[in-house]
Amino acid sequence: MIDKLLLYLQIPFVIYALIVGVLVALCSSLLGVTLVLKRFSYIGDGLSHVAFGTMAIASALKVAAENTPVASALSATGDMILVMPLTILCAVLLLKTGQNTAVKGDAAIAMLSVGALSFGYLIMNIFPTSGNLSGDVCSTLFGSTSILTLLPADLIVCVILSIIVIVVFVFFYNKIFAVTFDEDFAKAIGTQAGVYNLIIAIVTAVIIVLAMDLVGTLLISALVIFPAISAMRLFKSYRAVTVCSVVLSVFCALAGIIISILAGTPVGSTIVAADVAAFGICWIIGKFRR
Amino acid sequence: MALLDVKDLSLGYDSHTIIEGLTFSVNAGDYLCIVGENGAGKSTLMKTILNLREPYGGRIILGEGLKRSEFGYLPQQTIVQKDFPASVYEIVLSGNQGHCGWRPFYNAEDKKRTLEAMERLQITDLSKRCYRELSGGQQQRVLLARALCATKKLLLLDEPVSGLDPKVTVEMYELIESLNKDGITMIMVTHDIHAALSYASHILHIGSDIFFGTRDEYVDSEEGRYFINKKGEKS
Repeated sequence: MIDKLLLYLQIPFVIYALIVGVLVALCSSLLGVTLVLKRFSYIGDGLSHVAFGTMAIASALKVAAENTPVASALSATGDMILVMPLTILCAVLLLKTGQNTAVKGDAAIAMLSVGALSFGYLIMNIFPTSGNLSGDVCSTLFGSTSILTLLPADLIVCVILSIIVIVVFVFFYNKIFAVTFDEDFAKAIGTQAGVYNLIIAIVTAVIIVLAMDLVGTLLISALVIFPAISAMRLFKSYRAVTVCSVVLSVFCALAGIIISILAGTPVGSTIVAADVAAFGICWIIGKFRR
Repeated sequence: MALLDVKDLSLGYDSHTIIEGLTFSVNAGDYLCIVGENGAGKSTLMKTILNLREPYGGRIILGEGLKRSEFGYLPQQTIVQKDFPASVYEIVLSGNQGHCGWRPFYNAEDKKRTLEAMERLQITDLSKRCYRELSGGQQQRVLLARALCATKKLLLLDEPVSGLDPKVTVEMYELIESLNKDGITMIMVTHDIHAALSYASHILHIGSDIFFGTRDEYVDSEEGRYFINKKGEKS
């Protein structure tokens, strides 16, 4: 078992996968606490469906514009050049509608996510990229093995985006806390709550697009929500909860990737299963402490 | 020049006006209680003063060099806060956000102010405790300490004693009174007409009739006598 693992660890693809896995897990857990507490968990879920739709558009464009500069530009950046701006746009729109009234925001998210999902599947059917359509759909929804076939270019994009996310989070940490804990108070003493909500929405969108390859669009919310909720069972200050959820998330991602390599299970669902198990353990520890 | 001058203000929600032509002023050191029936617009008025919502008409003029970032606010608790994992220190510290502007981190002065505010409200020993595990009275003290970090001049309190037991309620009122004696101007929204009469220097009564004046003038006024008697019968 150990021999097999050591053997795999010498292959660059596996190393890339582990690096990307750790970075994605780290970034996705940072905003988890805020999204859960602000009752924004569903925005993460809605956005992941939007990302699925835009993904389908991107691959359709690639087929439609084969052998043109558009196609080569799209494949060079791994679809991200199209998927990222559209997802960010939807994040901003969702946030704006969500602020008016709770019910309207809920309905808007449901509409957008189901709409994007069906639209994406429709496009994938009309412009199939390969003979194996259901395989393509399944890998987009539940994460592909493409995490194990990453190119150095993908790795660089992921590292750069992760660094941006981490820097933004650290820089705005205190403001994100203030806006999450009490938006009215923050506004009353002159904090630009609208701006920080916007930053939260944009960072969420970036994280979701980043995490899409790793666990697939259906499972992304798990990566955002589980570490935060697990950490909330154990710790009492915002800082401790944030640090703990990062540690848990990274640990579960590493464990998930390694198990999936050894046991040949799908990467995304193995990571999420590890997150669920971690939540169970934290929940029990939390119960005993009280 | 008054600290806060409200001129001909109109308020409402959902494009439905509930108050028109509201004019009053608050001077430094005043203790103003805003009273009135449920739905009369007390909280709406407070949110308008805090610039959280736009008035339908009229103006609010800040005087004596008072700036928006120098307002202190004790809001009613929200659902989000009930399950919020945050230590007392983190919450009180976040009251300094108004001093920060675009500065990302708190400086030594902010931290000193935080410790002083916690000392003043006798919650220093709770510093590391989790907010959601505190009693209602302790939570209010934490939020009041946070408001003290934000202001030295003006505090707006929205139903500061709702949900507190009688003993803690009295303590809370005494605390607010002592802060007022330290020189912080108070504007408090309350149901509790008796507390308003025993602590306030000025009363603003809103509803179908609007009254603004000192406490003694209110007791002698028609609105005041009617409202005090009505409330007295109920309790």
